[in-house]
Parts: sequence; C-alpha cells; structure tokens
Amino acid sequence: MATPSGGAVTIRDLSKSFSLGGRKLAVLRSLNLDIRSGECLVIVGASGSGKTTLLRILAGLERADDGGVAIDGREIEGVGEERAVIFQEPRLLPWLTVLGNVAFGLEVRGIAKAEAEKRARFYIALVGLAEFADAYPRQLSGGMAQRVGIARALTVQPEILLLDEPLGALDAMTKISMQEELARIWSEENVTMVMVTHDLEEAVYLADRVLILPKEKGGAARLIDVDLPRPRDRSESRFVRYREELLREFGLH
Amino acid sequence: MTLQHIERTVGVGRREGNALPMDSLRLAGRASGRILSRYGVLLGFLALWQVAASRGWVNAAVLPPIDAIIVALWKGVAGGSLLGDIAISLQRAGLAFVAAVVVAIPLGLVMGQARAVEMALDPILQLFRQTSALALYPVFILLLGLGEASKVFVIFWATLFPLLLNTISGVKEVDPKLLEMARVYGARQLTIFRRVVLPGAVPSIFVGLRLGATTALLLLIASEMIGANKGIGFQVMNAQYNFQIPLMFAAIVILAALGLIANQALVILQRRLCRWSNPAG
Repeated sequence: MATPSGGAVTIRDLSKSFSLGGRKLAVLRSLNLDIRSGECLVIVGASGSGKTTLLRILAGLERADDGGVAIDGREIEGVGEERAVIFQEPRLLPWLTVLGNVAFGLEVRGIAKAEAEKRARFYIALVGLAEFADAYPRQLSGGMAQRVGIARALTVQPEILLLDEPLGALDAMTKISMQEELARIWSEENVTMVMVTHDLEEAVYLADRVLILPKEKGGAARLIDVDLPRPRDRSESRFVRYREELLREFGLH
Repeated sequence: MTLQHIERTVGVGRREGNALPMDSLRLAGRASGRILSRYGVLLGFLALWQVAASRGWVNAAVLPPIDAIIVALWKGVAGGSLLGDIAISLQRAGLAFVAAVVVAIPLGLVMGQARAVEMALDPILQLFRQTSALALYPVFILLLGLGEASKVFVIFWATLFPLLLNTISGVKEVDPKLLEMARVYGARQLTIFRRVVLPGAVPSIFVGLRLGATTALLLLIASEMIGANKGIGFQVMNAQYNFQIPLMFAAIVILAALGLIANQALVILQRRLCRWSNPAG
C-alpha cells in the first residue's frame, strides 16, 4: 500500500509570534525551507525555538502571522487530507477498541465502516498489534498505545506525516525499538516525514536532513544533511560524529 | 481482580493433589466468608433489631420486630393493598424523572458546548439550584394546585439540577487534545460532537442519572406527605397517624427497595454502555 508520490512542502518567509503578558514573543522569524517529497526531515531546537509551533502550522492547527506554506504548490488553509499528525500522547478515544481507533480517521473522512476497518487491520498488523485489535486503550502499555496512534495516522495514507515528539514520553528501551519501527515504516510507506524531537540521537538515526532552529534573535536556521546508509548503526564512528556535530550546535560539546 | 486471579491459580494447582472434596469445601467456605464480610454488619444489625424488639429491650409498638414488618409487607404487596400506592408513586417519580432527562441532557449538552449560552444561563441556574425544591413546593402548589401536576413538577424540578450540572461538566471535561485529534483528521463540528464529545460525557451523565434517581425518590416522598391520599409516601405518614407501625415500616422498606432497584438498573445500564471504562471488563 504505497501512497502516491507528492508531499513536497515549501515554506516561505514564515513568521509567528505569541503575546506573553503583553510582550510580543517571536518564535519563528522569516523561515524559508523546502521539504522534499518522501524525505525524512527532523526538526530540533532548544525549547522555545518554535519547533512545535512550526509543526502545528504545517498541520494546519495554527496560522502563521506572515508568509505561508504550500504543499505540492498549493497554499494550505487549515487541516488537510494529505497530512496526518502523530502527537506526543497517543490521543486514543478510550471508548473505542484499537480497531475502532485506527479506523476513526478514515471513518470521519466518510469511508464506510467495513472498508475503514479492513484498511485499519492492515496497519494494525504493520505496527505489530494484530492480536490486540479488540483491546481497549486502557489495556495497552504506553508504547503499544503510541503504535496505535501511528497506525491511525498511516491508515489515512497521508503524503506527509507530521510527528510532534512522538516518542518523547516513552522509556529508553521502548524508544529505541520504536525508532527502528519508524525507520522501517518510513522506508516502506513512501511518505514525507517531518518530525520534531529533542533527542539528538533520534534525529541522526531517522533524518535525511536535520533542521536546527535558532533560539536567539537574529540567529539563522541551519540544515545538516545526514549522509549515512540505512539501517543506521548507532555505534558507527560517522553516526557518533553527526551526533557530536549536533551537540556542538547546542553548545553542549 | 488480581487477588481473585491469584486465588484461582492456587486452587488449580492444588487440584492436582487429588484433594477434590477438601477443595470444594474450602471454596464453599470462601464463598460464605465473602458473603459474611460483605453483608455481616447488615445481618448483625437486623438480628439485633429482631432480638431487641421481641425481647422487649425497646418498645415493640414503636420499633416492631422484623417478622411483623415482613408480615405487613407481605400483606400489602401479595394482598394487593399497597400495589395501588406503589403504582401511583412510580408514575409520579417516573414521569418527573423522564421529563428531567428529556430537558436536562439536551440542554446540558448545548450549555457545555456553547460558552455564551452557559454564561447567560449560569447565574439563574445557580440561584434555582441553591433554592431548596421543598421550599418552592408551596409555590408550585399555588401555581399548579394540590393535584398530580405540582407533585410531578417539584420532583422534576429537583431532579433537573444534578442531571443538568453533571451533563455540562461531562461535556466540558472532554479532553481538548482528543477534540484536536479529531479536527486533524478533518472531522466536522457535528461529527466531533457525535463521536468524541457525546461518548466522552456519558460517564458523567450517568453520575447525574444516579443522583437524579435518588433525588426523585426523595422528593417523591416529601411531596406525598403533603396533600396526597395515595402513594408510598402517603402510606408512611398515614400508617403512622393510625399507629399501624409495621405497615409504616413496610412502606419504608418498599421505598428503600425502589431506590436500590433504580440505582442497580442504572449501574447495569452504565456497565453495558461504558464497557471501556469499567476495569472489570
């Protein structure tokens, strides 16, 4: 089940600020970026650098003050069917089973229940939860619940998958296995992936390119190409060097 | 749940040891132990009552022994003399409860969603809620007369508020992150309401229904004690006037039974509708 190719994102002069106690706080300043169709772009940055805001603008959940975002040449206005979002929390509906939750996205888009569930089952199997299709969210562990959230996003077959620190709340072991799973899914699904994280190793493990957002005023966003073969080996010397380069960007090395 | 699970596993392990009679004995013992730990205090209370009344520790004319109450209850129910009262009481409480549900739940769903409506209605709602329905009963009698209408209305009035407030809070407490999730998938307002808000509010609505049922029975009795000539509440008062104390207690027992049945029915309905939130599955 490959999605049609597409999902190139053009970001032009994007600015966004919030007012905080009467003061205007700019989080994004005239950002320009082209996200290629089918690539995995990981966004990192110190807290307050606007990485989550950028993702929410891409998702259509927030509006930019200035500038715009176009997908395959079309300016976006609000949420759209070519995009799906995976949040930090699984955000499952507790009264639906795993199957019901995964089919939910398709059902609200008007796909008949039988067809939605058929497609949902495929993705439930893809994230390794076939045996749990009839379980309720409260019966799942954190990692399993997040897999359900991932399956729900994949089921609508988006061109662009937006991930907002999706593994941030998981324990270290689960996190590593989920990173491997995301890498596998991305390679199988032919989808543009834009992911926000604060985990630099995760960024190097998954990204084709890493976008580093500046924290201070006047700083420029930086892009780093991660030129490593996949599947990636965390202990390999070039992997470690990329990680150190990112750490240096944050003044931590 | 975990404890029972462990017990069962241990039981199966022992069965291999060829000790079946011992095992079933132990199981029976455990079952009666469970009943005793749950209902022991209640049974003790009833036994103390029976002994105190029949031995003359208390005045049996005021506190008749349990068996006399059971006889009065049997006569009233099986003999049919209380059936008419039960029917009219059920009709009053049922009508008022259903009317309260029909008004409060839709209104609560709207108020929980539309902030402007809630802001506009909240002050008057708080005023009405804090005014005892019993204090307003004479007003309702003046407006509606001493017949069925004022009785049903006062029960309706008092039942309305727990239902309304719990429905509102149920709607307002639906996780905004779930609403956002639904929005991301392109769900429109009506779909979000039907598929996220409504199911999310159901547990809270059930809290309202159970509180409402209790309130309805409470107000039923109060309203039947004033200007009624039929009904369980009337029978409690009437039996006391005529010093038919066992009959009075029989009517009280019927009231308690109605309350327990209504509550249990709602609990069962809730379990069926909200299997997802029920840890026992």
